[in-house]
Amino acid sequence: MTWGMHEAAATTERPVSSTRQQGCGAAGGADATSAFSRAPMLSVCDLTIRFGGIVALDKVSFAIGAGQILGLIGPNGAGKTTLFNCVSRLYTPTSGDILFNGASLLGQPAHRIAQLGVNRTFQNLALFRSMSVLDNVRVGAHARSRGDFFTDALRLGRARAEQRKIDTRAAALLADLGLESVAYRCVADLPTGTQKRVELARALAGEPKLLLLDEPAGGLNHHDVEELGRTITGIRDRHGVTVLLVEHHMNLVMSVSDTVVALDFGRKIAEGTPEEVRNDAEVIRAYLGGAAT
Amino acid sequence: MAQQDISFSDTAVRGLPSVEQNSWALWGTVLFLAVAIALPFFLRSFVVFQLTLAMIYAIAIIGLVLLTGINGQFSLGHSAFFGIGAYTAAVLMDQFGVSFYWTLPVAGVVCFVFGFLFGLPALRLEGIYLALATFALAIAMPQILKSSLFEHWTGGVQGIVLIKPDAPFGLPISSDQWLYFLTLAIGLMLAVCAMNIVNSRTGRALIAIRDNPIAARAMGIDISLYKTLAFGVSALFTGIAGALSGVAIQFVAPDSFTFNLAIGLFVGLVVGGVQSIPAALFGGLFVLFVPNIAESVSKGLAGAVYGVILILVIYMMPSGAAGLARLVADKVLMKAHRKGPR
Repeated sequence: MTWGMHEAAATTERPVSSTRQQGCGAAGGADATSAFSRAPMLSVCDLTIRFGGIVALDKVSFAIGAGQILGLIGPNGAGKTTLFNCVSRLYTPTSGDILFNGASLLGQPAHRIAQLGVNRTFQNLALFRSMSVLDNVRVGAHARSRGDFFTDALRLGRARAEQRKIDTRAAALLADLGLESVAYRCVADLPTGTQKRVELARALAGEPKLLLLDEPAGGLNHHDVEELGRTITGIRDRHGVTVLLVEHHMNLVMSVSDTVVALDFGRKIAEGTPEEVRNDAEVIRAYLGGAAT
Repeated sequence: MAQQDISFSDTAVRGLPSVEQNSWALWGTVLFLAVAIALPFFLRSFVVFQLTLAMIYAIAIIGLVLLTGINGQFSLGHSAFFGIGAYTAAVLMDQFGVSFYWTLPVAGVVCFVFGFLFGLPALRLEGIYLALATFALAIAMPQILKSSLFEHWTGGVQGIVLIKPDAPFGLPISSDQWLYFLTLAIGLMLAVCAMNIVNSRTGRALIAIRDNPIAARAMGIDISLYKTLAFGVSALFTGIAGALSGVAIQFVAPDSFTFNLAIGLFVGLVVGGVQSIPAALFGGLFVLFVPNIAESVSKGLAGAVYGVILILVIYMMPSGAAGLARLVADKVLMKAHRKGPR
């Protein structure tokens, strides 16, 4: 039910954002590949971040159209996770801008990002370890629900209604991701693959418009990765969520992504369809070291 | 394997008790209430007074459970909020003739404000550093209460003498018994509120902040807001306890609210079990009675005996009374499950 409503909201927003208020010239690349005249949902513009003397991201620009899956690849230390942390406002970039539906995210505090409709998973699992699977997913719905100490302490009608809303949503997501049987288990007791799915469910509980997945295939076996690919495209197709995917697992990235962006040492070295990027000389050089020389 | 699963799901449940545990909790509560209501009619009035004090400490400890156990913020300064609560009630009664019953919510609100304000600078401090900052609060409070600035209201070192209220409606019970029942009722009400908080959206946000602040922020939780509010609400509980204690002891003086009290409450928190609201009662009983027991063993070495008891308790119940209770309950439940399929 809630999914349907959310989807409707997402589609009504597209015409509004298609006024092509891009604000950043470099956003054209991804648009050309998407073939539809959509304004990008997320535009990363000349994003630069330095830690001391190290330039972790160097003028990176790309854009994702609504409903797209964009794969972000690159060798270790290329700056993929740093970019994620900039979008989710854990880091503040040195220069450049990040536009979400045309508005800059940089003026927003980190806790507002989820309310705007951007949710994420973490590379090294950042679950709430003392909680059950169900409670983790319930926390995911925090940004989409309301409440305060007073109404919760007295369990006023409003608090109970919100709780029911959260529970309905959490139960649907647990069913969707095959987590029902472990709903009451403490999340720390579960295998990594299951924990990854819990993180996904938790992120989806926030009803995202844009979902950032940081190496969801890390630590998964071959079969699980195939299933994850189906899950990711399923999330996009059924729920209309735009996905930014950071992943080392090339088969996964190439099979699900509409567009692939490759980073190396903080710079964008390639952008295009999976085939284009797969055959890009720079990308091959970055992955295979000195092979090109 | 399936057997394993069942026992796991019982231990793993946090904030959402399974059916078995629910019925256990229900019977436990009924039994507790029956005993708690009957007790004052069988005990000497001094013991009734002592039990009242233990419940008052338990209320203060609930405040610490919310702050430390649930939200992960340390405080060695809750004696200050206890003192502010006691003095708020005392000054209102003594200087302004306010009825004792009205002073309780006022003390709660005043302490909430103080706690919230103290929570703002505390935001910048984590773990042991926050413990130190709150320690400073505990050290400062008695001197502030003694200060000549406020002497007109607080009576300085002399403190304020209060009078216990009599039972209303001509109930045939002593004022000690009445205060016991009043404390019991208020304590239960506050405990229910605290448990509601823990099992709500708010409580999950508090636990999320304790478990993983970065992920909590990514889920849209305003960490600053929740942390300061947790400080305020914690102080509210402790302040109401302070107000009750002033009237129960019929006297407030600055040196009742020293760092020793803060440590006492912290000990009660730990021996009860930092995350359990009901276990705060065990903490309160421990805080009140164990020093007395230690003294009865050896007058000269009371401190050492207390230390030994404390070490033994921590050694035997590393996760407090609540942990022990859960362990026993799990053992019993597991047995029940094993019997089940046969």
